[in-house]
Amino acid sequence: MSRLSSRHLLGLENVPKEDVSLILKTTNSFREVIDRTIKKVPTLRGITVLNLFYEPSTRTRISFELAEKRLSADTVNFTTSTSSVKKGESLRDTVQNIEAMKIDMVVVRHSSSGAPYYLTRCMDANIINAGDGAHEHPTQALLDMYTIWRKYGHLDGLRVVLVGDVKHSRVIRSNIWGLKTMGASVALCGPSTLLPYEVERFGCDVYTNIDEALDGADVVNVMRIQLERQQSGLFPSQREYTNLFGINKQRLKLLNKNFTIMHPGPMNRGVEITSEVADSGHSVILEQVTNGQAVRMAVLYLLSGRKEEEEE
Amino acid sequence: MAGKKYDLVITGGRIIDPALGFGKDAYVFIKDGLIKKIVTPAAAVQKEVKSLDKALIVDATDKLVVPGLIDIHVHLREPGREDAETIESGCRAAAAGGFTAVCCMPNTTPRIDNQETVKFVQDRAKDCDARVYVVGAVTKNLEGKELSEIGDLVKIGAVAISDDGKYPQNPEIMRRGLEYAKMFNIPVMQHAEDQYLCAGGVMNESFQSSRLGMKGAPAVAEEIAVLRDIALCRFTGARLHIQHVSTRQAVAAIREAKKDGVRVTAEATPHHLVLTDEEIGKEFNTNLRVNPPIRTAADRDAVIEGLVDGTIDCIASDHAPHSEEDKDCEFDLAPAGMIGLETTLGLIKTYLVDKGYLSWADAIRKMTANPARILNLPGGTLAEGSPADITLIDPDKKWTVKADKFRSKSKNSPFIGWKLSGQVYKTILGGRIVFEQ
Repeated sequence: MSRLSSRHLLGLENVPKEDVSLILKTTNSFREVIDRTIKKVPTLRGITVLNLFYEPSTRTRISFELAEKRLSADTVNFTTSTSSVKKGESLRDTVQNIEAMKIDMVVVRHSSSGAPYYLTRCMDANIINAGDGAHEHPTQALLDMYTIWRKYGHLDGLRVVLVGDVKHSRVIRSNIWGLKTMGASVALCGPSTLLPYEVERFGCDVYTNIDEALDGADVVNVMRIQLERQQSGLFPSQREYTNLFGINKQRLKLLNKNFTIMHPGPMNRGVEITSEVADSGHSVILEQVTNGQAVRMAVLYLLSGRKEEEEE
Repeated sequence: MAGKKYDLVITGGRIIDPALGFGKDAYVFIKDGLIKKIVTPAAAVQKEVKSLDKALIVDATDKLVVPGLIDIHVHLREPGREDAETIESGCRAAAAGGFTAVCCMPNTTPRIDNQETVKFVQDRAKDCDARVYVVGAVTKNLEGKELSEIGDLVKIGAVAISDDGKYPQNPEIMRRGLEYAKMFNIPVMQHAEDQYLCAGGVMNESFQSSRLGMKGAPAVAEEIAVLRDIALCRFTGARLHIQHVSTRQAVAAIREAKKDGVRVTAEATPHHLVLTDEEIGKEFNTNLRVNPPIRTAADRDAVIEGLVDGTIDCIASDHAPHSEEDKDCEFDLAPAGMIGLETTLGLIKTYLVDKGYLSWADAIRKMTANPARILNLPGGTLAEGSPADITLIDPDKKWTVKADKFRSKSKNSPFIGWKLSGQVYKTILGGRIVFEQ
């Protein structure tokens, strides 16, 4: 198995295990490239990649851009503040104009769930979802999974707890699908007002008590809690959130011995995670960032040049 | 033409007229735009037909002959959005769907909250392919703040009032609307969705919205709105009509209210009777975005059950045209609504009659006599002396829904490509054939 079953990466739901394994293995090769003195390979020479960001993003955009440059692709950035979007041009017109300039691949972030799927209907380029609404953020989940896989050598049988705003988190959704596909056991934890309707149907263990969630877990992936959720009345105060769900040193005692602390960033230190935990020896938060580049290189490489007729 | 005996004679068809209560083979004689007589084809009748000009004969062998269908919930978009639909194109779509009468909602631009706009719509509807009855606004500009001049609206011909698309959130305003409408013996047609609970919702709140990460409009928003309005209806003794019922709990609430003698009626749309929210994640088809949203299978089944047991009185399409430009976008940015006039009959036949939920007679009753009764409209019957509004149906004809076949100016249907059974054969309005296959 040396190719993915799809020519786009729109999400991880329904992506077969073979595809995820292939991405993780390929990531391993590119991870080694990043550690070299000369961090560049000619793999995507002649390929043009558009980074289409309809939502503000720092690290995901930089991570993709660096991944593209290290693969020798030509890259163009498009963000809403410099686009014709503000003039009222439709998404279809925008991307078709850009594609007319011969773009091969599009990395898209958008506030609407399903926008990357919509793009596959508008253009021929390979589409990579860099986050759509609260739907999916597959490369983030893949880098989380790669980071775990690199440390433990496997994903199956591990207990991973995803803590935070489950309702609005695309990172959590993609992690759920990916981790379950790879045989990990997934637990979700957050305030009940931030759990989506019928959350139990995701097939995970669901907790509103953080201590119960952490008990016997191997990995804790802590999500950023957004202040605006408190402002819209979904929880009473940041203080109470920290008391009930914040990850601190005391709570780590509940975890398995060789435990791992993760956070996709950006962190609210002292809110969802204490600095002591974030900066501890068990934290792989910065390694996640490094691995993110390698994962994105792998995805770009595996999808590049894949045409419509090759769809299986 | 002087001396012309009849406008048309329909021969060979099977009559289904729930209002008359019979379903048999008969010939329909039409004269001066009215139904002159309906008679069984005895020898004398056959002889009379033979003596007539052949051009007058409509051969309806193997077809159903039913009263012209009535849709009490459509959006014709004129005035304001003539790019999406006009009264003329909407009436052509109605005729193609077998509907000879439609009731248009007031959320046009400007709103139908004054006599001038009612008059405008009535004038534009003259000589169109369907009768258009106007529903006026409950509140000025549909803002839910002050009552419109409902007496004026009724005087010029409004058949009901509605703030459709919006829910008068303030119960005091709704109470006054009901009380005031009672004077004129017209119902308030209610789009029952609590606006606070639905704020920002783009689909049903369910595991599907959880999976897709979309903001949900919960079923409880409809339940609360329906319960509140039933309470106000009971209290005022006025008439309430619940539009597009979509949830299990709303059906249960209406059923209970009817048992208690509350003067409430209800409608269901074909899309709530056929679709579920699991469709949305397949292709993010913006034509599936509609308010109230398509719900779970359990809700859909409850709406069917309500229709079958009479809790829900009638079928209405909530025909809501939107231009291709407006619908060709991200799912959550698309305007809500889908067209329905031209697919209603085929969907009801295929998914309710063929599946054994409704007999043909029941289905026709819910698209003719019942809606006519709710709004006290003429029509919905083939009784002698009635206007000759008649729909001929090819009951088992297989057909495929095609975008380029729609008479509507808009194509926003999620049913494009669907294979249906049961098709309109001819539509007759006041003795004139306005549509034929």
